[in-house]
Amino acid sequence: MAGPKSSVLRRIMPQLVILGAALLLNVLVFPDFFHVDFRNGRLFGNVIDVLNRGAPVALLCIGMTLVIATRGIDLSVGAVMAIAGATAASVVTDGYGWGTALLAALAAGALCGLWNGVLVALLKIQPIVATLVLMVAGRGIAQLITEGKILTFSNEGLIHLGAGTILGVPTPILIWMALGAAVIWVVRRTALGMLIEAIGINERSSRLAGINSRVLLVCVYLVSGLCAALAGVIVAADIKGADANNAGLWLELDAILAVVIGGNSLLGGRFSILASLIGALIIQSVNSVILLSGMPPEFNLVIKALLILAILVIQSPRITYLMYMLRASGPQPQPDRPPMPKARKEEAR
Amino acid sequence: MKLKTTLLAGAIAFAPLTAFAADLTIGFSQIGSESGWRAAETTVTKQEAERRGIDLKFADAQQKQENQIKAIRSFIAQGVDAILLAPVVATGWDEVLEEAQDAEIPVVLLDRTVDAPDDLYLTAVTSDLVHEGKVAGEWLAGAVGDDKCRIVELQGTTGSSPAIDRKTGFEQGIAGNDNLEIVRSQTGDFTRSQGKVVMESFLKAEGGENICALYAHNDDMAVGAIQAIKEAGLKPGEDIKIVAIDAVPDAHLAIANGEMNATIELTPNMAGPALDALEAYLANGTVPPKWIQTESRLFTSADDNQAIYEQKKDLGY
Repeated sequence: MAGPKSSVLRRIMPQLVILGAALLLNVLVFPDFFHVDFRNGRLFGNVIDVLNRGAPVALLCIGMTLVIATRGIDLSVGAVMAIAGATAASVVTDGYGWGTALLAALAAGALCGLWNGVLVALLKIQPIVATLVLMVAGRGIAQLITEGKILTFSNEGLIHLGAGTILGVPTPILIWMALGAAVIWVVRRTALGMLIEAIGINERSSRLAGINSRVLLVCVYLVSGLCAALAGVIVAADIKGADANNAGLWLELDAILAVVIGGNSLLGGRFSILASLIGALIIQSVNSVILLSGMPPEFNLVIKALLILAILVIQSPRITYLMYMLRASGPQPQPDRPPMPKARKEEAR
Repeated sequence: MKLKTTLLAGAIAFAPLTAFAADLTIGFSQIGSESGWRAAETTVTKQEAERRGIDLKFADAQQKQENQIKAIRSFIAQGVDAILLAPVVATGWDEVLEEAQDAEIPVVLLDRTVDAPDDLYLTAVTSDLVHEGKVAGEWLAGAVGDDKCRIVELQGTTGSSPAIDRKTGFEQGIAGNDNLEIVRSQTGDFTRSQGKVVMESFLKAEGGENICALYAHNDDMAVGAIQAIKEAGLKPGEDIKIVAIDAVPDAHLAIANGEMNATIELTPNMAGPALDALEAYLANGTVPPKWIQTESRLFTSADDNQAIYEQKKDLGY
């Protein structure tokens, strides 16, 4: 068996290839796509935009990957973003500092995550229904916090989290990369990741094996809530205002899509956060193609749907299997690669 | 026709009574508070009613037609003098409007119209979305003069009637000026964050220095775009002229700060003209026209935008 590094690479290879293809499409519609220059004290270019605009979905999909690995789903993340943004905005407009605002927003996100976790882990309500409650109610809660208007603020510290830069790099990029790396490190350097996978594969037997699945499940939804809260703060800071109606609207679907494009199964079990993050970048690259192509907006959703469909078809077990067969029948068979799709679960990391 | 005459006769019969009683009771069925503009409309309607000594019964339908129908029925049962209705959807009003007509209560539609025979309501007070776009286009054509101008457009939600009409109106407004050209047009979903994201891509795809003006279908998208322009190291309002529609407080603030050039007001005061028409109708039976168009006022840096901002910011936008 190859070392851990090459097995990670093999796991994310399909995602990298698709990301490459999506970026190539960008270059086709806009040849200067990779051009980056330094303007107004910040890196300025389309690639930077993809990384920067992909931040909310990237943050969401970190938590979402863990939730989906436990065979759950979190539909409430978009609404939690709205709540967190509203909380941060109302705290700074009350005259507190940005640190307090960030903590308050994270606390709000943690509370939302706890609520979901309790419904799922303790009351045993199916995740899709349990999180639907907050998805519907959350926007109302956010509206109550902002009193129905776009709550604008001018606190430089808070704005810096969404619209600022550190050494020329937009802050959101650094935030999602750092958080992604931290979570990957924690779940893979400890047994945590394996325990989460165990719950997703078979919760009852994992409990019988001694895993405290209830506490772990609550924690997983908590992390998802925290990630959503951070994304919500970034989105609010980006426009210097909390828009309870529109912040994070439908982003839960993009986050789930990113996880799926990342090759993770909605049935739980083996997961890869890195692949999900690449999935988030793929989605943002597709959005970028649409914006740069200059097509009339009526085509936006159709183009996006077709590209996503193509990605999912290429990734489907049947096609991967056919590709494997095609390669195996070629002149240089690869004996160490057993047939898909079962194989992917085992070598995933 | 018969119904209309009975209505008229009824109104005339009641006219001395209402004039004597002085204070009217009017029911207002509002859609909800889905946007800042809607909240401002509610505030202004309450203010207008209070100013005239009208007892306003307010019902928030929370975006549901059945709540609005219930509210209208309860207004009828309470025997109000008139009903203001901001309909959430266009269809399905015939029955309840007939009930109001049978009870001889005039109904005035605010902000939106309905697909019902127009003898079922007294009048509709709405803005003309095409006209708003046209005012924006004409202002830009005047401001640019004979220079060549490449315009980028931030559209509203694809397929929504404000997006379609404001686009049509703007194109009418700049028609005949060959130096003006819309080079990019993309939806920003009427939101600040999408406005910013799409403007970022415009700036890169066209090159900021090649864009002369931005037309946004609402102010929120323009406010988002202003931030994108600033981050690209350009001066919004100078390097890129910005015109948008709605005249929300933040747009006035942006104009006051020199970051935006013009906005066209979608007035939240639909109730003013509506109550004028109702008072005249109830007092002496003056039948208003079926459509009362509100003024689409143009605000530029020539107005005292700081003062208007202070006035508007507490309306609930």
